[in-house]
Amino acid sequence: MEFRNNEAIYLQIASHVSENILLGKWLPEDKIPSVRELAVQLQVNPNTVMRTFEYLQNQEVIYNKRGIGFFVTPEGVEKVKHHRKERFLQQDLPEFFRNVFLLDISLDELQKRYEQFKTEHFTLK
Amino acid sequence: MIHIDNLSFGYRRGTLLFQNLHLSLSRGHIYGLLGKNGAGKSTLLKNMTGLAFPTAGTCTIDGADASKRSPEVLSNLFFLPEEIFVPSTTTAKFVSNTAIFYPKFNEEEFYQYLTEFEVPREAVMDKLSFGQQKKVMIAFGLATNTDLLVMDEPTNGLDIPSKVQFRKIIASALNEDRCVIISTHQVRDLDSLIDSLVVVHNREIVVNQEMDSIAEKLVFATLPTTDGYDVLYAEDSFQGQNVIMPNHEGVFSRVDMELFFNAIISDNQPLLQLLQKDKYENAI
Repeated sequence: MEFRNNEAIYLQIASHVSENILLGKWLPEDKIPSVRELAVQLQVNPNTVMRTFEYLQNQEVIYNKRGIGFFVTPEGVEKVKHHRKERFLQQDLPEFFRNVFLLDISLDELQKRYEQFKTEHFTLK
Repeated sequence: MIHIDNLSFGYRRGTLLFQNLHLSLSRGHIYGLLGKNGAGKSTLLKNMTGLAFPTAGTCTIDGADASKRSPEVLSNLFFLPEEIFVPSTTTAKFVSNTAIFYPKFNEEEFYQYLTEFEVPREAVMDKLSFGQQKKVMIAFGLATNTDLLVMDEPTNGLDIPSKVQFRKIIASALNEDRCVIISTHQVRDLDSLIDSLVVVHNREIVVNQEMDSIAEKLVFATLPTTDGYDVLYAEDSFQGQNVIMPNHEGVFSRVDMELFFNAIISDNQPLLQLLQKDKYENAI
């Protein structure tokens, strides 16, 4: 994992964990890797991973079974989607709109491209 | 875990390397110790581990004076010097001769670390290359499971895959009882591993702060020009200027340790004052 410069590492690790939950690599009620395992894998300070887990616990994406480890909550996938959507709407969408406006891209064109993108990437199953 | 109080030290009478140092280091952290050549990093580590004796003041480990070198203290600390001496024996022999001084030594862990570092376990230690010798001693130091682990430039001489292994092993070795102190010039080797930064400069500890706290107070960025910005420190780079600015908006940027270090040793007073504000003492 290559860390970016503009986001705290603990949040980048949170995205990494969330991504695995969205991809179904870790299912609801699955045990996720321990703080130590993740710290070793990502070569980061275990305190940083601890902070990630506290953050994800607050978001109710994972929960702690004392003495056993951390597990994905039953509603983990929805929670991740919800938080990601919030973040997308607040951070990425304004930037996207700004470009759409500056470059004078019509909504019709966007719609067409969006449909094309969907068929190319998500319907071939 | 470590308390340095009013410590002064000089190798020769009349020339002090440190004057009235204060420093507290606690368990559960990995400290990165930075300083220019000759600033006294190694000397500071030696004072902590009972290998050099303060001219004035004290350094205590869990309340016990480090310079008394009591067996209880020494058996719970491991110091890996920058230049190592290894005997002409096999690693197995070394373990059976030396591990007895460390009650929490774990032989299984030792061989596991050696395997991860790809050092043959039956090797005769002084026949190994410098990097291989260093890896044996790192593995040994970690396997002692001492609460205090002090390493002086541990990544010097390690090849690229070994540095990755080193980071993984250190990440796995930290727990809430352990205090790890690593002095280094190779800040990039360790930058997501250390959580607190200690900088020695001009006979003093000028910085002792958690990385998170530094990132809260300062912004690290690259700007085309510094005009119109509240810039504390700037360096030319091919993309423009690498700068440090006060973090007014509470944004996050990753601490650029090299830039930060250069700013500190250029005696950048505004930056130092900003860091000192609501000074963070992590003494617990």
